[in-house]
Amino acid sequence: MNLLETRKLTKYFGDTHAVDNVDFKVGEGEVVALIGANGAGKTSLVNVISGFFPPDSGQILFRGVDVTNLRVDERIKAGIARSFQIVNLFDQLTLLDNVALSIFSREDATKTLWLVADRFGPVWQEAVDILRQFGLERTRAIVAGGISQGERKLLDVAVAYALRPQLLFLDEPTSGVSTRDKAQIMDIVTSVVRSRKITAVIIEHDMDIVFKYSDRIVAMQDGKILADGTPDEIRRNKAVTNTLIGAVDA
Amino acid sequence: MSTVAIPLTQGLSIKTVAWAVLIAAALALLPFAVGEYQTILLAYGLIFAIAALGLNLLLGYTGLLSFGHAAFFGTGAYVVALMVKYFHVQSMELFLLGTVGASLVVAFLFGFVSVRYTKIFFSILNLALSQVLWSLAYKFYWVTGGSDGLRVPTPTLLGGAIGVTDDKIHFLSHAYYYYVLVLFLACVLVMWVIVHSPFGKALQAIRDNETRARFVGIRIRQYRLVAYLVSGVFTGIAGALWVPLNGLTTPDILYWPFSGEIVFMCVLGGFQYFTGPIVGAVVFNYLKSWVVGATTYWQALLGIILVVLVLALPTGIVGTAKRIIDKARRAASA
Repeated sequence: MNLLETRKLTKYFGDTHAVDNVDFKVGEGEVVALIGANGAGKTSLVNVISGFFPPDSGQILFRGVDVTNLRVDERIKAGIARSFQIVNLFDQLTLLDNVALSIFSREDATKTLWLVADRFGPVWQEAVDILRQFGLERTRAIVAGGISQGERKLLDVAVAYALRPQLLFLDEPTSGVSTRDKAQIMDIVTSVVRSRKITAVIIEHDMDIVFKYSDRIVAMQDGKILADGTPDEIRRNKAVTNTLIGAVDA
Repeated sequence: MSTVAIPLTQGLSIKTVAWAVLIAAALALLPFAVGEYQTILLAYGLIFAIAALGLNLLLGYTGLLSFGHAAFFGTGAYVVALMVKYFHVQSMELFLLGTVGASLVVAFLFGFVSVRYTKIFFSILNLALSQVLWSLAYKFYWVTGGSDGLRVPTPTLLGGAIGVTDDKIHFLSHAYYYYVLVLFLACVLVMWVIVHSPFGKALQAIRDNETRARFVGIRIRQYRLVAYLVSGVFTGIAGALWVPLNGLTTPDILYWPFSGEIVFMCVLGGFQYFTGPIVGAVVFNYLKSWVVGATTYWQALLGIILVVLVLALPTGIVGTAKRIIDKARRAASA
């Protein structure tokens, strides 16, 4: 059974078909790369699946259950989490607080008014452990607004990872960072994801990263799926090489 | 998950507790050191501090600027006055119970409408809603006394254990001052726990990044509404404590400039800091009392002083003090 399946998923923005009758499947434990030129519909697809905005039509099944009309918090509880292309963090809070908030939310503890957060020792311990896995432990007491772009990208993923998702969407986890940092970020992220057997869908423009880190590649164009296959199959796919890889590399 | 001792992120240090105890002791001893007028003035300051603490849960911690909190302050004051007028209630505890209930109802109604919006829309919506209450208090004069307001006699305290005396000033500057002080300290403690709770962290997350907060599973409107309710109740309690001290409530305390004064208390003290609204409220109250006594053009003078203070102290009194202390520490350790 597929972990995620969309059936004829559609999202329009005016006359633009951002997501156009997309049937998208992700198997359990896969690391899938979603590629395509700007405006191909990658982020729109992820936005619809994660609940950022509702689809105009179609269905989203997660573990065979229809989650199309669930709220974002319900989708998170079901096991879907995401990071963002433009990093979304709690800038005035420390790195530790950023990750701890995900854990508090996951454990339904954010409803607690009458107990100070510091009393939740195991939450802070887990937050420290997660920061350590992402190589951010040394900067845990710094506010998120004061760290480098590479660290912010990692923290963005760490905040989503702390929700203990089964399916993690990573929207351009290496955009805006140096080539050297890109490899480092992807090494850390994929190692954490694979070690916990989390299914990941990565939107990425850098084709070296796409081919190196993904099990399967799905190429999109004009809101539709253009091709779907292993990295080798996509490399040999003329439609993709002619239209997308060339366009991305250019 | 294992239970491991982790260094507290923003915990209550022994130093902080020591300072809090010291300040509480100083406030308790104050009536013995200063005159009755000064003590009553401080009681006003502590009451406004409760209101400002309430507002700052929205402004400083949730990122919502309300220009309508006079509504809750006025609700507290008018509930007390109406309980006196219609039910001849004298007990301060019953006043507080009535106020908490009424503030919750008003806050729920206002909050249900306004927490759907943020920024200027939230601010203006709150202003508009509070003006509705003001106009009701102004126009329904057969109930509210209109512009003449309603008189509130001195209440009994602690279930009647402390009764009304002939010397009202002595009562207000001693028994009532301590009553206000204890409630002030309780409000500070409760608010401290709330803002340092996981709920408080969630509010700060919403303030910093609503989108991310939503995508860690926080239901934004629900949390904002709860914050709004807590904020309204705190400000309502302040109104209930204020009216016996003032002896009279008029529609003025429901009017928008009073909402502005509560906002200003937070800004003056430093809304980014927990103690900012407390310091701001006490300082603002002293400043206003002094200016009112100094000139008939007190509004102009107060305005000029406040503009200068805000320009000179952009992070508020507490923020500036903190910066100076940090600088001195760095210089000492260098």
